Amino acid sequence: MRRFLESDFLYDFLRAPVAIVSFCVVSILVLSAIFAQFIAPTNPFDPASLELMNGFTPPLEPNMYTGEVFLLGTDDQGRDLFSAILYGLRISLFVGLMAVSLAMTMGVILGLIAGYVGGWLDNLIMRLADIQMTFPSILIAMLIFGVARGLLPPELRYEMAITVLIISIGLSEWVPFARTVRGSTMVEKEKEYIAAAQLIGLKKWQIMIRHILPNVLGPVLVIATITFALAIIAEATLSFLGVGAPRTEPSLGTLIRVGQDFLFSGEWWILLFPALTLLALALAVNLLGDWLRDTLNPRLK
Amino acid sequence: MLVIIFRRLGQSVLVLFLVALISFLIFRYVGNPVDNLMGQEATLAQRAALEEALGLNDPFYKQYFSFVWNALNFDFGNSYRGALPVSDLIASRLPATIELALTSAIFALFFGVITGIYTAIRRGGYLANIILSTSLIGVSLPTFLIGVLLIWLFAVELKWLPSFGRGDVVQLGWWSTGFLTLSGIKSLILPSITLGLYQLTLIMRLTRSEMLEVMRQDYVRFAKALGLSSKQVNYKHALPNTLVPVVTIAGLQLGSIVAFAIVTETVFQWPGVGLLFINAVYFVDIPVMSAYLLLVGVLFVIINLFVDLLYLAIDPRLRDSNSSE
Amino acid sequence: MFHKILLTTAAIAASTVTVSAETIRWARAGDAITMDPHAQNEGPTHGMNHQIYDSLLQRDMSGNIIPSLALSWAALADNPNVWRFNLRQGVSYHDGAAFDSEDVVFSLNRAMADGSEMKELLSSIKDIRAVDAHTVDIETNGANPLLVNNLTNMFMMDKDWSTANDVLTPHDVAKGETNFATMNTNGTGAFMLVSRSVDEKTVLTSNPNYWGKDIYPNQVTDIIYTPIQSAATRVAALLSGEVDIIQDVPVQDLGRVSGTDGLNVATAAQNRVIFFGLDTVEGPTSNLKVRQAMNIAINRDAIKKIVMREQSDPTGVIMPPFVNGWTEALNQYPDYDIDAAKGLMADAGFANGFDITLNCPNDRYINDEGICQAAVGMMARIGINVTLDAKPKAQHFPIAKGGEAPFYMLGWGVPTFDSHYIFNYLVHTQTDKRGSWNPTGYSNADVDAMIVSLESETDLAARDATIAKIWSAVQDAQMYLPIHNQVLNWGMKNNIDFDVQPEDTPHFQFLKFK
Repeated sequence: MRRFLESDFLYDFLRAPVAIVSFCVVSILVLSAIFAQFIAPTNPFDPASLELMNGFTPPLEPNMYTGEVFLLGTDDQGRDLFSAILYGLRISLFVGLMAVSLAMTMGVILGLIAGYVGGWLDNLIMRLADIQMTFPSILIAMLIFGVARGLLPPELRYEMAITVLIISIGLSEWVPFARTVRGSTMVEKEKEYIAAAQLIGLKKWQIMIRHILPNVLGPVLVIATITFALAIIAEATLSFLGVGAPRTEPSLGTLIRVGQDFLFSGEWWILLFPALTLLALALAVNLLGDWLRDTLNPRLK
Repeated sequence: MLVIIFRRLGQSVLVLFLVALISFLIFRYVGNPVDNLMGQEATLAQRAALEEALGLNDPFYKQYFSFVWNALNFDFGNSYRGALPVSDLIASRLPATIELALTSAIFALFFGVITGIYTAIRRGGYLANIILSTSLIGVSLPTFLIGVLLIWLFAVELKWLPSFGRGDVVQLGWWSTGFLTLSGIKSLILPSITLGLYQLTLIMRLTRSEMLEVMRQDYVRFAKALGLSSKQVNYKHALPNTLVPVVTIAGLQLGSIVAFAIVTETVFQWPGVGLLFINAVYFVDIPVMSAYLLLVGVLFVIINLFVDLLYLAIDPRLRDSNSSE
Repeated sequence: MFHKILLTTAAIAASTVTVSAETIRWARAGDAITMDPHAQNEGPTHGMNHQIYDSLLQRDMSGNIIPSLALSWAALADNPNVWRFNLRQGVSYHDGAAFDSEDVVFSLNRAMADGSEMKELLSSIKDIRAVDAHTVDIETNGANPLLVNNLTNMFMMDKDWSTANDVLTPHDVAKGETNFATMNTNGTGAFMLVSRSVDEKTVLTSNPNYWGKDIYPNQVTDIIYTPIQSAATRVAALLSGEVDIIQDVPVQDLGRVSGTDGLNVATAAQNRVIFFGLDTVEGPTSNLKVRQAMNIAINRDAIKKIVMREQSDPTGVIMPPFVNGWTEALNQYPDYDIDAAKGLMADAGFANGFDITLNCPNDRYINDEGICQAAVGMMARIGINVTLDAKPKAQHFPIAKGGEAPFYMLGWGVPTFDSHYIFNYLVHTQTDKRGSWNPTGYSNADVDAMIVSLESETDLAARDATIAKIWSAVQDAQMYLPIHNQVLNWGMKNNIDFDVQPEDTPHFQFLKFK
C-alpha cells in the first residue's frame, strides 16, 4: 500500500517539470547552506577577518585599495557577499525550519485535541486561536522580541536573537495547522473505523496518533511547505522593522535590509544577489507546495 | 439561538480583556519612556518626579485596571511624544489607514477573483500557468522590498507616481479623504499595490481552487450534460457559489491588511496608524502602542464575531450542533 | 488590462500640479514635537520654530551670532553681572501687536518656568528688567560672559497673546500636557503658520510685515514641510522632484543626488562629534593601557573612506572645531597601529583579549550602526571579542547614560560653542546636577573644581588656560575614544542658493533662488 503510494507519488513527480526544477533549486540551496564552511571562501561571521577597506567592491572587479577580487562583490563592511549569502541562507533556512516545526507541532497537537476531545477544550483552543489571529504574525514577533529584549541580559539577548525569531514566527503560525487538523479530525472521528477502534478499547491518544494523524498529514504537509516560505519572508520583514538577526551575523533578510540602502547609489550587487537567492528559495518552495497540494488532493486530478 | 449569540459575545469580551492585558503588559516593559521625554539635561530628581507623574511606580494591577477603565472611555491618555491625546491621534490617522486598506483590499479582490476564475477555467493553459507562477513572486519577496522597488521604478526612474505621503486630502468633518483629489488618488496607487499583492495572490489561489471544486460538483456536471454552454455554467452557476467563501476570507483578511500596513506605511511615509505605531515603538510611546494594539484587537474580534454570527444565520446545521452541546 | 493601467497612470502623471517657484517643499527625517517655543530643546522643533519665532540674537547660516530682535548687547561697564540689550523697534507679531521689552521679560521668564526644557540654559539668570520699552537688562548670579550664547534658541512671544490664550507657561511635554501654543503660533518671524498636521505636513507662508524684509533675501513665499523617515523614500522624493530640499541625505546617495540633473548637494561641517565611551571603574577597560590600545586600534581613516564615504572629519578629541578651546594639536588623531595596540594589550595583561558588549544606536547619528560594526572588526584584530547591541535611540540612551554599558557610542553637539558645555555633561563627576552624561566613572576633584570655576571666570585668557588644562586631563584619562566630527549634507534643487548651517537649522529668509 505504502510502496504503491510512493511510486505513484514518484511517477507524478517525474512528470512535473516545475516540481523537478523547484526540487533541484531547493536541494542545491539547502546543500550549499549546510556545507557553507567548505564552499565559502571566507567566514563572514568572523569580524577579525573583515577588512573594512574591501567595502563596496563590485563583483569580479579588483578592489581599488587592496586589489582583492570577490565573486559577487562585497557589502558595506568589506564582507564577501558570496560567503555572506551562504551563511545567511543557513540562518534563514534554520529559522524557517525550526519555526515551521514549532508551529506544526503546536498546531497538530492542539488541533487533534480540539477536534477529537471537543467540548470546553475545543472551545478554549479555538478561542486561543482567535486571540492569536487578533495579533498578526509581525505584531506577535515584535511583541515577543520586545519582551525578550527587555528581560534578557545583553549578552544572552544577542545569542537569543535567532531563538526569539524562531519562537515568534513559530508561535504566530500554529493556527492554520490547528484549524485544518481540527476540521479533518472532526470528519475522521465520525468514521466507522474509529468507532471500531474505540470498541476495542484503544486509548484516546492512541487513536489520535495511530489512526487520525496519518489521515490528516497530507494537508499538514502542504501548509508546512507554504508556512516555511512564509517564515523565511517573515524573517526578512522583521529585520526590516529592526527586530531580526544582527548585522554582524546577517541572515538573508538582514542582507536584503542592508542592501536596499544602496538601491539608488549604484551598488546594485549588495541588494540583488541576496534578493535573488531569497526569491529563488521562496519561489521554489511555494511551487513545490503547489504541486504537493495538487498531487495530494486526488479530487483535483 | 439568542443564547449562542450571547455566549459568543461574552467570549469576544473575554478575548478583548486578554488582548488589553497583553497589549498593556508587554509594552509596559519594553523600555523606559522617561529618557525620551527629559532630554539630555535632566537631573535624577527630575526623572524620579516624572516617573511618579506618569504613574510608572504604581503596582502592576493598578496600572492595568486604570488602563482598561480609561480605554472603555476612549481615553488612552496623552502620547508621551506628541503630547496630544492618543484618541485624537488615532482618530486623525485612522482615515489614512482605512482608505489604504480598503483600496488594496478592493484591488486584491478584483484582480484576485478575475485571475482566479481565469486560471480555473483555463486550467493547465499556457497563460494560466504563467499567471499562477508569476503570482508567486508576489509572496516570495518581502513587502518592504517590493515597496522600495516600486518607488525606484515608478517614482524615481519613470517619475509617474509619487513616492511618499497621501497627496492633497479633503477634510469631510473629522474624516480626511484622499479619494477626492487627483494627487490623493495617485498617491494611493503604489502603496495599495504593495499592500495588496500578497492578498491578491491568496485570493486568486482561493478563487481558483473553489472554482475547480464547484465545477466538479454534480449539479454543474449535470448542467453541462444538459447541454448548457460552458460559459453559462461557469458564470451563472459555478461563480456565485465560489464567491461566498472568497468574499468571507477577503473580509477576514481585512484585519491582517491593517496590521501589515505597518510595513507599507513605513516605506511610503503613509500617515496612518501603522506609521504611528512603529514610531511609538521606536520612541517607547506606551499609550500609543497599547491603544493601537487594542484597536487592531477590536477590529479582529468584530470581524470574527460578524463572520461567525453570519454563518450561524446561514447554516442551520451549525446552529443545531452548537445548541445540542 | 495591464495596458489600461499604464495608460491611466500615464494620464495622471501628465497632469502634475505645478507649484510656484517661490514655494519650498522641505523634508527631513523627523517632525517638530510641539510649536510651543519653550517646551522642547530639540533640533527639529527649533528648526521649525526658527521660521516662525525670533530670538534676541541668532546664529546665521555660518554659525556666527548676529542681531535679531536685539540690535546690540553688552555687559554694563560698572556691573559685569548685568547684560543690557537694545531692542529692535517697529517689530510686530503676526497678529499685528507690537514687540517691546515687556515681551522679552515675559518670554524669558516663561522659558525659565516649570515645564520648560530651556530653563537649564538660563540657570545663571537672577533677574530680568525692562529699562524702557526697547531696553532690557538681564542680571546673572556672578558674571556670565557667555550668556548670549545661550539665547540663540530663546524665542520671543507676545505677552498679551499668551495671556489671552492662557499659555503663560510652556506645556510640560513629559507630563503629556498640551496647550493652545502646541498647535498655534504668533511670532515675529519671517513665516506664519498656515496649517499643521503632526508627522504629516506643515504649511507656512511669508510674513508680509516681517522686520527683516529689507535685510535678508526673503525670496521664499511659502514652505511646505513634510517629515519623511525612511532614508530611501526621502532620497526618492528628492530624486523624483517631489521635494526641493532635504536635510539628511544618506552618504551613499550623495553621488546619485549631485549627479542628477537639476540637483545639488551642499556640504558643511556639523557642530557634532561622535565617539565611544568606556567604563573606567570596572572590567578590562578600567585599565588605562587597554583604553589606549583600543584608541589606536581604531582605523579612523578607513571609517571615513568606506563607512562615511569621505563625509566626516576624523578627530582625536571629543570637541568639534567650532568650540572655544579647540586646537589643531588636540584634534590630531593617533596613527592606526595594530602592533602597538597588541603590545599595550599584552602589557595590560590581556594578551589573549577579552569579551565586551558595544552598545550603539541605529537611528541617531550618520551611519551609527555601520561605524560600530567597523569597530567590532577592528577590536577583533587585537583580540577583543565585541558583541554589538544596536537599538533605536530611545532604547539606547538609557543604557548609554545609566552606566550599564562598559563600551558605548555617543554623539555630542555643542549649542553654546564652548568647552564648558562638554565638560559639564561629559567630564564632571556624575552628580545629580552635573556630569549626567558621564557614566564612565571618571572622577577627578581637581578637574571638577576647574569646570565649576569656568562659569564665573571673567578673565577670558585665564579661562582659556583652564579649559586647556582640563582638556589635557581628559586626553590623558582616555575614557573616550573620539571618532570624527559629522559633516552635514543638504540635497536641494540646483536653482537654490543656500548654505548649510552648522547646527542643521535652515533659516529660510536667507535662501536665494539662482
